[in-house]
Amino acid sequence: MLTAILVAAGLVLAFGILLGVAAQWFHVEGNPLAEKIDAILPQTQCGQCGFTGCKPYAEAIATGQADINQCPPGGEATIKNLADLLGVEPKPLNAKNGEAKTVPLLAVIDEAVCIGCTKCIQACPVDAILGAAKQMHTVIASECTGCELCVAPCPVDCIDMAPLDTGLAGFRFPEPKLQDDKPQATLAEPAHV
Amino acid sequence: MTEYVLILISTVLVNNFVLVKFLGLCPFFGVSKKIETAIGMSLATTFVLTLSAIASYLTETFILEPLGLTYLRTIMFIVVIAVVVNFTEMVVRKTSPLLHNVLGIYLPLITTNCAVLGVALLNVQQAHNFVESALYGFGASVGFSMVLILFSALRERINVADVPLAFEGVPIALITAGLMALGFMGFAGMVKV
Amino acid sequence: MSDSAPRPIPAPHAFHGGLHPPENKALTRDQPIKAMPLQSCYVLPLHMHIGAAAQAVVKVGDQVGKGQVLAQATDFVSASVHAPTSGTIVDISPHPIAHPGGISAPSILLQADGEDRWAERMTPWVDYQDISPAQLRGRLREAGIVGLGGAVFPTAAKMATGQTRVPTLILNGAECEPYITCDDRLMREQPEDILRGAAIAMYMIGAERCLIGIEDNKPEAIAALLEASRSDPRFEVFSVPTRYPAGGEKQLIKVLTNIEVPRGRRASEFGLLCLNVATVVAIHRAVTFGEPMTDRIVTVTGEGIARPENLKVRIGTLMSDVVAEAGGYRPGVDRLIMGGPMMGFALHSDEVPVVKATNCLLALRPQDRPAEPAPQPCIRCSLCAEACPADLLPQQLYWYARAKQFDRVVEYNLFDCIECGVCSAVCPSHLPLVDYYRFAKTEVWAQEREKSKANQARERFEFRNERLERIKAEREAALNKKRQALAAKTTAATDDASAAPDSSDAFGSYKPASNGAEAPASMDAAVEAARARAKARREALDADRAAANEQTPVQAQQKQISKSDPP
Repeated sequence: MLTAILVAAGLVLAFGILLGVAAQWFHVEGNPLAEKIDAILPQTQCGQCGFTGCKPYAEAIATGQADINQCPPGGEATIKNLADLLGVEPKPLNAKNGEAKTVPLLAVIDEAVCIGCTKCIQACPVDAILGAAKQMHTVIASECTGCELCVAPCPVDCIDMAPLDTGLAGFRFPEPKLQDDKPQATLAEPAHV
Repeated sequence: MTEYVLILISTVLVNNFVLVKFLGLCPFFGVSKKIETAIGMSLATTFVLTLSAIASYLTETFILEPLGLTYLRTIMFIVVIAVVVNFTEMVVRKTSPLLHNVLGIYLPLITTNCAVLGVALLNVQQAHNFVESALYGFGASVGFSMVLILFSALRERINVADVPLAFEGVPIALITAGLMALGFMGFAGMVKV
Repeated sequence: MSDSAPRPIPAPHAFHGGLHPPENKALTRDQPIKAMPLQSCYVLPLHMHIGAAAQAVVKVGDQVGKGQVLAQATDFVSASVHAPTSGTIVDISPHPIAHPGGISAPSILLQADGEDRWAERMTPWVDYQDISPAQLRGRLREAGIVGLGGAVFPTAAKMATGQTRVPTLILNGAECEPYITCDDRLMREQPEDILRGAAIAMYMIGAERCLIGIEDNKPEAIAALLEASRSDPRFEVFSVPTRYPAGGEKQLIKVLTNIEVPRGRRASEFGLLCLNVATVVAIHRAVTFGEPMTDRIVTVTGEGIARPENLKVRIGTLMSDVVAEAGGYRPGVDRLIMGGPMMGFALHSDEVPVVKATNCLLALRPQDRPAEPAPQPCIRCSLCAEACPADLLPQQLYWYARAKQFDRVVEYNLFDCIECGVCSAVCPSHLPLVDYYRFAKTEVWAQEREKSKANQARERFEFRNERLERIKAEREAALNKKRQALAAKTTAATDDASAAPDSSDAFGSYKPASNGAEAPASMDAAVEAARARAKARREALDADRAAANEQTPVQAQQKQISKSDPP
């Protein structure tokens, strides 16, 4: 009886020490998963997910504090990619955070009305607005992510969101629709029988 | 020499642990949605199975049997397996954080994979020596891996196919697994082990 | 009768799959090439080729001569656009172009003056062997030469093989698609021009032999080229079994040489270069006469055209003019297709210009097309895989494209698909397979674009955060220094209570609202008044613009964006 207890305890202790040593050897710093999640997010830095940027949201997903369906600019494609990455089921976009955009948008400043107050410049998370105090402001079209954070701060309401035209190179063929297809279940609308 | 070959053929095909012995079904259905995760899981299980078969054999031969503590076999084997799995998890987290997050809960669940405990106990029951035990464990893992990867390839195609709504997801996967098991019955009786 | 007419060499190999659709070439195969009369208006899109769009070098109001450069090639893979006739530039703006989506693209509108006067031509180089291949390539680039088989790849870039010598030139005279006969007529009527152009091309790449592949449904063309190349042993004329798509570059190379060129590698790496017969004629004209590419032969055909024929059409001619020249539509035409029935696409309107890729205009009535029943579910028969000339698995591509798993579609070699349409044609369930592959390709490209844009946005965001931290740290440091100076001063007696504005402020005299705190409450009324004034001013401006039919900044932005094609 005693031998059994001693042997069992001894073995378990030995294994415990082994695991402890291994834990030191194979220690991992940081959370590389968050970077992989961040690589999927659209980097609009708009804050619609409730976090202050895409990286904080990525870290929250990595630690399991946030769900994968909080990002409207990413839309269904991002949710699907996140689901694939993490091996979970994709879900519909959380409508509380906003609607997914159907066309990409671009901010446009009406230069005749702009008063040069720099409030939009301070609001833009990617520095896509060019200008200085009491100088004309303009949006650098190629850098604008369409996050709409500049529209609200403008005291004279001179910023509009216009649909972005990607031209010949950006043409996208539509998805073929087959008449005999059963209604394609989308993430927003699961199929009904 | 022939016995070793026979052991391998037996564990991989004739008495396949998943489709003939019906052990290890939990990861078989849980991790087979994508081929990449199935491959990752196969590698992890191979590592765990072979190591724990060897470790269990050593524990039985040099600790339990000489001290007459064979009644502790089940408990000690589970401890050994848990240690090996823990160790494997550390290694996986260090080498591939992505795989670690994808495998998620299924990595620690290899501990409860009845195939792993089954291999350890069957080695004792069939009085294998060291080499035979190692080969038995390795062969079992090769059989498990092969079937897991084949099944995940099938599942990937089924998931994009036109499956009737009532069968979508797990039901059609179960039917497919059953058909695969039927197929493996063709090997029955080839090797008596 | 000892040396009877030379015979073509039977093609030694075959390509996988393919099919044999009804040829329908009888409508135009015996119509000689006719030059189209000068029209009054020409529209030249800036992007008629693979690669970067050309950039306009003329402005509205300029008088130009025939062959004058209107738009310059920009990148290495790019081509110039030339005036098809003399006239005045009327407009440079988006104009509807021939595109499956019916979109518009930046184009130059030219009003012809009727004189058809040539601008100064490039120097004719009759003795091309005295010119270096690099200079000849420059000439091709200047002349805007692109592949006229339909791929419109800039020929100068294609022939830039570096130091590698390419021993074999292949001329593509297969013309495998039904209805189209422009290459057939060209081979019959201008075989010497073809061979002269081929000789120039062979010199440019260092080739010693030239294989000419012609489908066996064109016996007259084979005979013409055999006759013309009789005295030159470098040319070998092959008779290729008629099977669509034998005219695809990779398929023809396989048929003639049994070499399979993988995706991402160039045929020149395997010692081969393939050019369409019309392209080599254009090379001949560019080098020997100094003429840029300003016209091409277009087969105007179909049972829906009154007088099907092969027309020599200037680039930029409106398709409605071309159809009118061929007698106009017969009653009941519901589809005008640019290209052939397999690879062509239906046009949204015929008020679009002929471009360098327009080899055929096909007008069809419903009774001229096979019935198109509704698509049914895929039965996994794999007829598509048996027929695919690129050895792909169209069934797998279909399933994954339908499920939008684009990473898997790319793994199954989506970008090797040449969109020939054979899979859709043989599918017993009438699935529009090629539509799925086109959809998948543009989705994958869109995803890549979004990814690179997202990476750029991330970098800018991180840099901005660093910048703000740096400013904050600098301000803290300056403030600390002032406090220390202040403390030192007070201990030395005099009080200096002024706090001078911080000169390191990045925004001039405005302090950034770092946590959203606004100006003190007494300013609210003034701010409100300013806002109301601005709003009224904005509304007045918008009303003015609408009344004067001017563009708002949003519309101007649209125009600006569509002018500059992203690379």
